[in-house]
Order: sequence, then structure tokens, then C-alpha cells
Amino acid sequence: MSLLAIHDLRVRLGGTEVLRGVDLRVGAGEKVALVGESGSGKSVTARTILRLDRDAEVTGRIDFDGTDLLSLPGRALREVRGARIGLVFQDPLASLNPVMTVGWQIMQPLVIRGVRKKEARRRGIDLLGRLGVRDAARRFDDYPHQFSGGMRQRVVIAIAVIAEPDLLIADEPTTALDVRVQAQVLTLMRELADERGMAVLLITHDLGIVANFADRVVVMRHGAPVEEGPVRRIYASPRHPYTKALLAAVPRIDGDRDRRLSTVEMEDR
Amino acid sequence: MTTLRVENLVKSFGGRHVVRDVSFSVAPGEVLGLVGESGSGKSTVARCVTRLTRPDSGRITLGDRDVLAASRRDLRALRRDLQMVFQDPYSSLNPRMTAGALIEEGMLVHGLEPDRSARRARAAALLETVGLSPADLDRHPRSFSGGQRQRIAIARALAVEPKVLICDEVVSSLDVSVQAQVLNLFRDLRERLDLAILFIAHDLAVVHYLCDRVAVLDQGELVEIGTREEIYGSPRHPYTRSLLDAVPVPDPSA
Repeated sequence: MSLLAIHDLRVRLGGTEVLRGVDLRVGAGEKVALVGESGSGKSVTARTILRLDRDAEVTGRIDFDGTDLLSLPGRALREVRGARIGLVFQDPLASLNPVMTVGWQIMQPLVIRGVRKKEARRRGIDLLGRLGVRDAARRFDDYPHQFSGGMRQRVVIAIAVIAEPDLLIADEPTTALDVRVQAQVLTLMRELADERGMAVLLITHDLGIVANFADRVVVMRHGAPVEEGPVRRIYASPRHPYTKALLAAVPRIDGDRDRRLSTVEMEDR
Repeated sequence: MTTLRVENLVKSFGGRHVVRDVSFSVAPGEVLGLVGESGSGKSTVARCVTRLTRPDSGRITLGDRDVLAASRRDLRALRRDLQMVFQDPYSSLNPRMTAGALIEEGMLVHGLEPDRSARRARAAALLETVGLSPADLDRHPRSFSGGQRQRIAIARALAVEPKVLICDEVVSSLDVSVQAQVLNLFRDLRERLDLAILFIAHDLAVVHYLCDRVAVLDQGELVEIGTREEIYGSPRHPYTRSLLDAVPVPDPSA
């Protein structure tokens, strides 16, 4: 059985249909990438799983571990958010509270669930160190502005996974980061997921980072998936014309420079 | 030959050196990629070259003209020859002007095409050069997509027939399909016009596709400069190697 099973999800925002029937499955411990360009609906899909857009008109089903999230009352939904589904967004500064120490923020998901402070602190420092923050015990009481962009994103990941969720939803988690930091953060996310058997739904526009991260890829366009499959199959023999064009539009450092980038089948919207 | 030459450029802000002794040159018909991470000083170099920022020391010349010593009047002519395209096509185009007026503005400022209908005809031709249509002349920026706007910004820069085009992260906010269109456009322009292009970018795959030579900046210091083959095939500096190793390759079997 899938951990997450989305069936015929349709979303209208301000009268516009932004999701036009999304079907998506994520198995326990599986790493799935949701790939698309702007306006494809990939972020709306992620946000709708947690019902973050209050004024969205939503139909369909989102089953998480057997429960339909769309029919869940607010309190029960909040329990799922954070405890069973962790969230990481693109901009770490916007996700962190500037007037609270990073340690306080990392501990919160545990503290509000009744874990004692001392124990929460021990686990927080442990995790932060595991995420490659040197001198984690000392830095635990620093404020977000004392961290670099890459370190902040590690803090955000720590907050998302400290309560050991079954699913991590990461929406463009490395887009704001430099390439070397991006590589580190992705490796850490992958290792953490594998160690804990945590499933990941990675939302990204970057076909490069997907190749070495995901088990399965779902390509979205205009509010609906156009193709999905195991990562190797998608890259080796894409079937949908859009997937083909998208892959051929990406410049690569190992690529043949004389080959022109493909813009076939693309609309300029 | 109007080669852009930057020699021993130094710039500090508040006592912190952001550009340390940087030297390079870009010849007509050549694309030089300037790569580095955030804070490497690459945008500051561009701002010094266009005299938006005054360097502490160093020399910048375009052909036999001294960019840094240019008087107000000389600067006007220099600005015509040194055009800049920015990252964000949303904030760099005046929303109240039509595409035609945006492209014609530079011609007017520099007195290039005094005749009104000739000016409009040239704006129309430039729109075609960048893959848009003369029918787009009377449309406003908001009715264009991001990629189309970036092409208008490029047409606007080309309108004054510059010798050097300085591009600061011009494709980094675009979707890959649109990015591909703009990159292909740059390739065509380079072949058709004898332009020197300084292409500033953080994306090493994009630079690989477009640039003949590559300069690598690390914390204000130019650690390596060479041909594309040298930099990508046999990078010498450990920093360059670490950058290249981190570039994601869209191939699961890699």
C-alpha cells in the first residue's frame, strides 16, 4: 500500500483551475521527484497535501497512510503536519523565526509533543551535527542570522525531520543555494531518508538534481502529470514529447556543445 | 580592435575586499564566462566595468579608451558601446513603455536614428532578431512571458550597436525551455554580430554551452582562467574542481 496516494486532485485558486486531475503515489521510504516548469502545478500539489492554501477549492482524494487528509478536521491535520509529514521550503530565512534561537526552533516539534526539554535538546544537537553543522552544541543557541544560507537550510531540514516523519515534502530545497552547498544538502537529505526509511517528495525544476536523488520521477505540465516512471527509464527513454523536449533543453557539462538545445514542442509561457 | 581589458581590478566595501586584483580581457566575437558562487565578486566586476561602481584601483579599457578616466561626455559614448543585460526581466523594463518604445529609447538617447519611421523599422527588425515579431512593438512588458521580456531586454541593448555586452545572470530566473531559447539566441548573435560578451553566471553547464573562455572567481580572486576545454577538461585549481564536481548531471547512471 502507498504511504501517500493522491487521486484525481483538482484545485481552483481564484477561479483558475491550477490542478487538473493529479494522480500521484509515494510508497513508504520511496524518494519521488515532482518535476516541472513554472505554472506546472508542482508546488500547488505539495501545498495542497498539507492544505496550506486556505482559499483553494479542492476536490479529489489525498490518502495518507489510509486517512483522507482532505476530510480531516483542522486539529487532526495539524497533528499530521510536522509529526508525520515534514516540510522544507526554498527560502530558509522565510521559514525561520528570526528572534528565536535555532535550537529552540529545532526542539519545538518535540516539545509540543511532550518530549522533555533536556531530551529534545540532546536529540536536536545530535541531528544538527548529523546534518554537518560543525560544533553543533555551541551553535545550537545561535540565531538564524548567524548562519550562512546553506547552514540555515540544514536547520530547516532539522526542524522538518526531528519528529521523525514518515514523509518529507521538500519544495525546491536547494534552489537558493550555491552549487557546492546544494550537493551537500542533497546528499544529507538522501542519507537521512535512507537511514530512517523516510519517504521524500522532492519538488523541483532542476532535472540535474533529480537524476541522483529520486527513485521515481513524475513530470508535470499545465496542472497535470504527463509522464511518470523509474528515474533511469525517464532519463534513458522518455516517452512523452514534453519530457523529451525538457531533457533536451538542459545544458550539461558533459554534453556535446555543438548540439543546439532543444526548444521543440515548447510554448513560451 | 575593441577589446575589453580589465587589469588589476580591486574593490572593497567597508574595508572588506570583494574584488582582489582581477585581470582578464574579452575580444570581439568572443564569449568569456565569469563564474563563481554568491559573494565571489562577479557582479561587482560587472558594475565596475560599466562604471556603476568605482573600483579602488585598477585599469579598464575598451580599445584605446580608458573607461575609468572617461569624462561625463566620454562616458555617454562608452555606455553606448558597453551595454548591460540584467537577471530580472521584470524589474529592468519600464512597465509603462511599449516594447517598441523600450527598444527605441537608446537610439533616441544616442541620436542614432533621428527619423521616426526608420527608428520604428529598426526596432521591428531587432524584435525579429531576438525571435519576436514586429507585431509585438505596441505591447507592454506585462503581456510578455519572462523569456520574451528577457529577449526584449536583449533587443534593447543591441539597439545601440554595442561593442561589448555584459550579461549578469541573464538566464538564471528562466524556466529551462525558455532558458534554452535565450541561450540559442546568444549563440546566433555571437556569430552574426562581432560582439564581445562577458557572460556572468553561476551555472557551469550554461557557461559550458555558451562560452569560449572561462574565468573562475573565488572570494574576489580570479583563481583560474582558460579555454572552455582547459577549464572543463583539465581544471587546475582545486576550487574549480570542487565547483565542477558539485554540478548535477541529468543522468542517473553518471
